[in-house]
Amino acid sequence: MTDVPTHATHLPPRPTVVRADRDGVADATVKVDVQNLSFYYGAKRALEGISLQAQTNRVTAFIGPSGCGKSTFLRTLNRMNDIIPGTRVEGSARIDGQDIYAPNVDVVELRRRVGMVFQKSNPFPKSIFENVAYGLRINRLVTSKAEIAERVEESLRSAALWDEVKDRVHDSALALSGGQQQRLCIARALAVRPDVLLMDEPASALDPIATQRIEELIYRLKSQYTIIIVTHNMQQAARVSDHTAFFWMGKLVEFDRTERIFTAPREKLTEDYVTGRFG
Amino acid sequence: MERHFQEELQTLQERLLEMGGLAEERVRSAVAGLAGSDIPRLTTVSGGDEPINELHIEIDRRAFQLLALHQPMAVDLRAIVAALKINTDLERVGDLAVNVAEAARRYLMHPPVKQLLDIPRMGDIAQAMLRDALDAFVKRDLDLAQHVLDEDDSLDALKSQIFRELLAYMVRDQATVEPALDLILISRHLERIGDHATNIAEDVIFMVSARDVRHHADSLPPQA
Repeated sequence: MTDVPTHATHLPPRPTVVRADRDGVADATVKVDVQNLSFYYGAKRALEGISLQAQTNRVTAFIGPSGCGKSTFLRTLNRMNDIIPGTRVEGSARIDGQDIYAPNVDVVELRRRVGMVFQKSNPFPKSIFENVAYGLRINRLVTSKAEIAERVEESLRSAALWDEVKDRVHDSALALSGGQQQRLCIARALAVRPDVLLMDEPASALDPIATQRIEELIYRLKSQYTIIIVTHNMQQAARVSDHTAFFWMGKLVEFDRTERIFTAPREKLTEDYVTGRFG
Repeated sequence: MERHFQEELQTLQERLLEMGGLAEERVRSAVAGLAGSDIPRLTTVSGGDEPINELHIEIDRRAFQLLALHQPMAVDLRAIVAALKINTDLERVGDLAVNVAEAARRYLMHPPVKQLLDIPRMGDIAQAMLRDALDAFVKRDLDLAQHVLDEDDSLDALKSQIFRELLAYMVRDQATVEPALDLILISRHLERIGDHATNIAEDVIFMVSARDVRHHADSLPPQA
């Protein structure tokens, strides 16, 4: 019968191979440009020489098995790893051409420009309104009450939550459903008008309907933002992203148009992963 | 991991090969029935479409379920899409074998127009193409698949030659028109069987290498 391999038990170690598809990459401008980035937790190297470009108004997905470095890599893009003691970054990461690890970079301003949404929704124990207004107030981005109210509504609308909460914006955010809380967190991230939105498994704790809403939201938000999403769910990466990067053991194995990664990947390792022959 | 899916995929491919074997056998019987003036054999071909039809439906159902339940990716996705298309081609081959058998039975009711040489040759080539295409599918053999594509030209050439030759007979002797038309039809059916074998070979190339070689699609600009 056929020689379909049923599993790949001995995956050979291989160098990081980056195949950014030139056809795909040429169609938009580069927003995030990472070159030869390595990341260390103390002496342990968690990321090895990653080079990758994420494009403006596109969704870039990171996939790979647990511990492959995809979340660590995501967090290097707004320097969230800085808060972990003993970590170190080598190589360069540029957003709009600016090195985000340069000494003069204002990290607070960086994180305003590069917003983040986490796996577990983490609304503050405040009202819906105050959750969204929070970043505006602490960053003093807008001052007048009217402007804040305007920006809160705009953000809630962008996050596709406004219609569900407009009559109760002063109620506690904690009364919202899980999916609504996650969209609130997206609204909160959008309120400070970031350029880039990092999402770390934003739907993994949600039911299928709430997940679908988040995915639709991602699809609509990309016209205004550059979105980078980490997901364990390959079908989700396939549905929402334009480009997909496959990470394995701290290395970027393959980076290409999403359609290519899921129909005809170039690397055997990628194929083994997306077809479930891994491990 | 995914052993269960791989087993299902394996079963799908086994069923497809079973169907390929049946289709191949029917083509062989139809051509042999004509060459050997074996009416009972031709009648068997005409009437025995049921197993292929059942497999046709079963294979579609299996492929459809695998797509829905496992959402396969990459080579697995290509294998299932290829199986669906090959399934359709094989079912058509089965139908064409019936067409050949029926035209052959009509032909055998008349005195022979000529000694049959090229039609059995076409039959041999079409069967070989079908067998090679299925072998290429089993072995994931790109060279063999390419060989099938190359063979198609010889079948087309034979068909044209048969047509020209029989046309000359028909012009000379009106009594040959009816049987000669049946031979022309048979050559046309055999050529179509070769086309289906070609389709299968193209699907094998797609399955193995993700290259779409149909209509010189390789030379088309890449889609955005």
